Amino acid sequence: MLLILEQTLNGLQLGVMLFLMAAGLTLICGIMSFINLAHGSLYMVGAYVAATVAQATGSFLLGVCAALPAAGLVAMALEWSALGRLYDRDHLDQVLATFGLILFFNELVKIVWGAQPIFLDTPAWLSGSVEIVPGVPYSTYRLAIIVVGLAVALGLYLLIARTRVGMLIRAGASNRRMVSALGVDIKRLYTLIFGLGAMLAALAGVMAGPIYAVQVGMGENILILAFVVIVVGGIGSVRGALVAALLVGLVDTLGRAFLPTLLQLAFDPATANGVGASLASMTIYIFMAAILAWRPQGLFPAHG
Amino acid sequence: MDNGLPRLILAAILAAALLALPALVEAAGRGYWTGIATHVLIFALAAGSLNLILGFGGMVSFGHAAFLGTGAYVVGILSHHASMGIPIATWPFAIAGTESALIAWPLAMLAAGALAFVIGLISLRTGGLYFIMITLAFAQMVYFFFVSLEPYGGDDGLSMWSRSRLPGLDLGSDTQFYYVVLALVALAYFLKSRVIHSRFGVVLRGSRDNDRRMRAIGHPTRRYRLAAFTLAGAVAGLAGALIANQTEFVSPAFLHWTRSGEMLVMVILGGIGTVLGPALGATAFLLLEEVFSGWTEHWMIVLGPLLLAVVLFAKRGLWGLVSRPGEVPRD
Repeated sequence: MLLILEQTLNGLQLGVMLFLMAAGLTLICGIMSFINLAHGSLYMVGAYVAATVAQATGSFLLGVCAALPAAGLVAMALEWSALGRLYDRDHLDQVLATFGLILFFNELVKIVWGAQPIFLDTPAWLSGSVEIVPGVPYSTYRLAIIVVGLAVALGLYLLIARTRVGMLIRAGASNRRMVSALGVDIKRLYTLIFGLGAMLAALAGVMAGPIYAVQVGMGENILILAFVVIVVGGIGSVRGALVAALLVGLVDTLGRAFLPTLLQLAFDPATANGVGASLASMTIYIFMAAILAWRPQGLFPAHG
Repeated sequence: MDNGLPRLILAAILAAALLALPALVEAAGRGYWTGIATHVLIFALAAGSLNLILGFGGMVSFGHAAFLGTGAYVVGILSHHASMGIPIATWPFAIAGTESALIAWPLAMLAAGALAFVIGLISLRTGGLYFIMITLAFAQMVYFFFVSLEPYGGDDGLSMWSRSRLPGLDLGSDTQFYYVVLALVALAYFLKSRVIHSRFGVVLRGSRDNDRRMRAIGHPTRRYRLAAFTLAGAVAGLAGALIANQTEFVSPAFLHWTRSGEMLVMVILGGIGTVLGPALGATAFLLLEEVFSGWTEHWMIVLGPLLLAVVLFAKRGLWGLVSRPGEVPRD
């Protein structure tokens, strides 16, 4: 029972990180109709910058403060110089161009920081554990990730639902031609969204740093998970991304933790462990296939 | 085809060059180029199969490596069982492994084709952005399946004792293997051009250009797309079987998503929606890799921006540079 609680929290923690990745991705996909594979590279850049600054200054928070603007600026520069020209192109062209960017960033990071993983330490004030219910200690850091992630989700909701920029974003998601016809500088809005998405991705990267290794290609696995999230949630819908991210995080974590045990009820332990491990790594994709077979446009289709 | 004759001459020169290649490189003292040429041919086959759905069907599949890898694993697993003398299954039937190419290669195509059918059945319900990401996600699923397949090496992959056996031939010889691959690739490209110009191909291209209209005039286009997707998967499976044979090793790296990306790059680099473009693209890509990786281990830092430049400035690929305007069916 306690294990279930702990794994549920782990699932939530993965879920909010996926949400941070997916929120930017789904806005970029939904509003600009642009498929950005390089989003994972921004996650990686965020983690590397944070790790470097944190090592130099000894302060995790300074690392965060450096990483977010760095990733945002890189993304806005990319958007302004190259990617912005690809909005009206085939998705295929976009896939290819951003695939090229991934190769470029991975190699650049390898040249600058080396191929070995580097480490980003958990800040001392978050390194302990707290008892969430009596007798169940849980890592403070992971708990902090959940809190930060949910706070960002709330902030994003307020930004999109209550501000003028948010209104433009929503309008852009439903009909971007109309928005630009009404005299909004749509290009600036696009660049802004790109930067915002990159900062969220970098935040996810920084927070992932102490848990997973900071290494070349770290952004790609989470990128593909984030794609699963936005497909399940419905492209362009931030609300869908949040729900889907938490679902995917929970399904993945709980599947990995409990499938082998569950299968032991039916098979002998060796088979159960083998089959369980295979199945566990596939659960979210099976989950996605099931959702799409039921609703091909995802849970919360943004375009009616 | 007003330029039929020059085209025929070009084709004859190309065929002669490909046939003479092993002897030529041997004479030049660079026998290992036969292996590189075989590698290029196999990827020309894989990229060509992707082009069938990408260029002619308009389906941007980002998961083609799944079929390549499945084909490779079928050959690898069958050979593993044959060399170890362990049957694959004892119940309900006794199934033994095999090293025979005549059994293993068609099985590789069958398995990859079946996988493509299932993935296509679900993915083709959607389109556009969704389709790209779903095919990618399914390929990841297959990738993780093989990573966690401990009996067959899991993450580390599986070594084969020898290449498959074909009666009357020794595939262990690089030269003979080259000719077998060349024959298969030539056959595949011939059949592909027949398929594209058949009624099936016309419906497929029509559905790429305007799916709604094709359905309105009574073509069940989704069935055609699914058939093309399955066919492409099966051919990619054959390419996988050949790759496994060439390297005598299979590993999840064959299924890594960057493989799918590389195949897309080959198709685009060569010229999307042209019959020979993908072969040209595979050649260019693998030779670039060969040359640049000789200069620097960081050759990706060149390739990345190069890709961006190709997308931004040379939309029609290499085939677009060598053919006359208007010959490329897209745009």
